[in-house]
Amino acid sequence: MNEIISLSVHELIEKLRAREVSSEEATRAYLGRIEETEERVHAYLSVLEEEALAAAQEADKRLAGGDNDASPLLGVPVAVKDLLCMKGTPTTCASKFLENFISPYDATAVRLLKEAGAVILGKANMDEFAMGSSTEHSAYGPSRNPWNLETIPGGSSGGSAATVAARSCAASLGSDTGGSIRQPAACCGVVGMKPTYGRVSRYGLIAFASSLDQIGPFARNVRDCAIMLNAVSGHDPLDSTSTDESVPDFTGDLGAGAKGLRIGIPKEYFIDGMDPDVESAVQNAIKTMEENGAEIHEISLPHSQYALPVYYIIASAEASSNLARYDGVRYGLRANGNSEEYGPLYGMYAASREEGFGEEVKRRIMLGTYALSSGYYDAYYTKAQRVRTLICREFEDVFQNVDVIMSATAPTPAFRFGERMDDPISMYLSDILTIPCNLAGLPGISQPCGVTSLDLPIGLQIIGKPFGETTVLRAAAAFEKATDHHLALSPL
Amino acid sequence: MAISREDVLHVSKLARLELSEAEIEKFTGQLGDILDYISKLNELDTKDVPPTAHVLEITNVFREDKVDAPRIGSIEEIAPEFHKGHFRVPKVIE
Repeated sequence: MNEIISLSVHELIEKLRAREVSSEEATRAYLGRIEETEERVHAYLSVLEEEALAAAQEADKRLAGGDNDASPLLGVPVAVKDLLCMKGTPTTCASKFLENFISPYDATAVRLLKEAGAVILGKANMDEFAMGSSTEHSAYGPSRNPWNLETIPGGSSGGSAATVAARSCAASLGSDTGGSIRQPAACCGVVGMKPTYGRVSRYGLIAFASSLDQIGPFARNVRDCAIMLNAVSGHDPLDSTSTDESVPDFTGDLGAGAKGLRIGIPKEYFIDGMDPDVESAVQNAIKTMEENGAEIHEISLPHSQYALPVYYIIASAEASSNLARYDGVRYGLRANGNSEEYGPLYGMYAASREEGFGEEVKRRIMLGTYALSSGYYDAYYTKAQRVRTLICREFEDVFQNVDVIMSATAPTPAFRFGERMDDPISMYLSDILTIPCNLAGLPGISQPCGVTSLDLPIGLQIIGKPFGETTVLRAAAAFEKATDHHLALSPL
Repeated sequence: MAISREDVLHVSKLARLELSEAEIEKFTGQLGDILDYISKLNELDTKDVPPTAHVLEITNVFREDKVDAPRIGSIEEIAPEFHKGHFRVPKVIE
């Protein structure tokens, strides 16, 4: 194994600053690793070799000049999920609809990564329009889990997780609407974090469900995750839902330990049908935290069982509205069509959308349109929003007495390809433990806490209060320090 | 809750989706199953609970009414059909 790609982000930064490694060497090492692994993993939809090498050479010039405190990721090769716009490069959202779309601007998160000096290696695979839990809904074929190529890497940010696990980038960005960062992080044995809603600007993120979508990092350890989050957080006038809450240094409390931390364990998160290896790994994690000085409190979140139905109404409704923009008029695919009943313009809309969208996207647009249609709006959409209030209140109450909540990230490890494709509800159940956090806008992290008897990674989820990322990261760092699960490497 | 073939056709029109015969059949069954699952919410009495559209307390953000420098590149290059500053679409009015 090439030594450079075995370095984590903070180790690589030190070597770059000390001029022991150049950014060009690091970038070439990762491009080589991509070439070596992509045929098996398919984590990328596009590799930006030319752009990456140019950015690396620029970084090396600046590294030679010194004083680079304003560019904390200077020279570090990363990947971004292919729903973040990057000027002059393809952004497909893993959809046929955007197959030939070249982004005319940078997403704010991409701009901030570039300003921090990161080298963007390419765009990571995902489920089409971020709808899915396995990348099997990518129009360009699924990614494979580097731990076991017969299993899914999780989704929707499966490519972003797989590339970190395959060590074909140092860290990456994904997005999380109902678990799309945390669930693939769990499947691939890496760290993934969804920050508080509003923490990272969504400008230039291709919208799925606007009241839930949030961008966040994947990394090999908690410190790297905090460094990535530092780079992309902050208020942005181009996103009216980005908050002006001050941004702390997310690495600030990493060494504070578990002592005195009040950890809530929701009994409802140990659901029927949970994999026994997952359950025992999480119980061991709780024990570890207790041994390191944390106070463990059993808590109850009785409305958790309603989170999944609420999510599928709200997310699908918002998606049906957001995806109305794909009409064949301004950008993306246009197909020829005519409708005898409604005329040529309707015919063009319908034909373009039929040709451009995959089955899961259509299913959600149908569900969302139904839930918003006349006569059903109150029964479905308003009802779901009212139950969402109950879920939010329940978290508020619980957080009066605990600092963070701990659970499994997903009830099972990565499943095999095809296993859940014919039953949408079984696929949706992959996100049952991650969705409540999105509905309440809370920050959540998934980190490795062991492997199953079949050697598949298990994820530990830690959820915090709104804008409580530093406490979540502190708890995760304390667990990481006490164990060595994060050091386990995929066999690839 | 059973959902009929007519419901599926009606919603597909609202959504401007032209579904294949196989999709119509598949979605009729699957959407019914999903709606059944969702009907679990009716167990809860929510008449006195206000709806949450958004978790943050957000208010309108206004900026000064002046034109900024363009942030994005050419939209002409990414348009399916562009003609003298306009998007071209199929005939709308007879």
